[in-house]
Amino acid sequence: MKLYLKFDSNIAFKKIIQEQLDKLRLNYDYLGFAEIEIDDAVSGSEMKELDTCLNLYGIQIVETQKSVLVQKIKDAIIEMVYSEDKLPISNSAYLTDKLKQRYGYLSSVFTEITYTSIENFILLQKAERAKQLISTNEFTFTEIAYTLNYSSVAHFSNQFKGITGITPSAFQRIIKKRRENSINLKE
Amino acid sequence: MPKNPIHILLADDDEDDRLFFKEAFQEIKINTSVKMVNDGVELMNHLAQDNIQLPHILFLDLNMPRKNGIDCLLEIKQLAHLKDIAIAIYSTSSSEKDIEATFIQGANVYIKKPSDFNTLKKILEQVITVNWQYQTSGLNRDNYLLSL
Repeated sequence: MKLYLKFDSNIAFKKIIQEQLDKLRLNYDYLGFAEIEIDDAVSGSEMKELDTCLNLYGIQIVETQKSVLVQKIKDAIIEMVYSEDKLPISNSAYLTDKLKQRYGYLSSVFTEITYTSIENFILLQKAERAKQLISTNEFTFTEIAYTLNYSSVAHFSNQFKGITGITPSAFQRIIKKRRENSINLKE
Repeated sequence: MPKNPIHILLADDDEDDRLFFKEAFQEIKINTSVKMVNDGVELMNHLAQDNIQLPHILFLDLNMPRKNGIDCLLEIKQLAHLKDIAIAIYSTSSSEKDIEATFIQGANVYIKKPSDFNTLKKILEQVITVNWQYQTSGLNRDNYLLSL
């Protein structure tokens, strides 16, 4: 017998949270999607148990407000780097405006949690975007440099090499040969 | 960074290099747990065991007796449960040709063995930080290439 199921992930999620927190006898408020507030003081071991129980359902506790903030910063950066528009002139002004917090605060929390700086993370994401554009083989390096706000191809190539250790053309060669190899393997 | 350690596996036949590596990881501020094997055969036997903690990143020396780094790399890339482990090759060679060849064969990171301890520490810290971003920030692992 074959069954076709239809489900509401929101209801399933709420039910899982409810069962797991009841199991640990914790009082809580459901604040809306993916956010709960626990009224009781939670011990380290209870937290660990809750984490283990939720992990079985693929749910992770994004623990502190700080890591939530870091996630928001990352999301904002990714949105910025992958937007169709030209990148903003000032990263710090963009993030301050987007997250309504002082840049100094954002920057220190980010470094505390990720061990890397916001500026570094942006460079890494820009390199990732560049890699993605390069690997489509649809754009020239000049077009990519322009899209990613570099003043020249040389500047783009230098920064790409600075982050990845290889030049854009070496990257393109490597990805191309890797694809050829994997096609050959399948044949 | 996680409270749980980042699991690191090193395959190198040189005892001094292994010691250097271990000390470097003890000194950097990131919480790591380092496991070491002495050559390629030992590495593949280790990875073939059931219920082991798979490493987040494997550092692979190119020149090892019995089974060298490239052979290990090629084998690992053929095995479904291992092929997604990030692989950092480290070698004394810095020829562009060698570097490109290992990348094409599926390595993610290429490290030219530094001669002094502080440079090694800096390089390893950088590798772990970038690797962590690939683990946590949803970056495309197919494009994960880093040469140091």
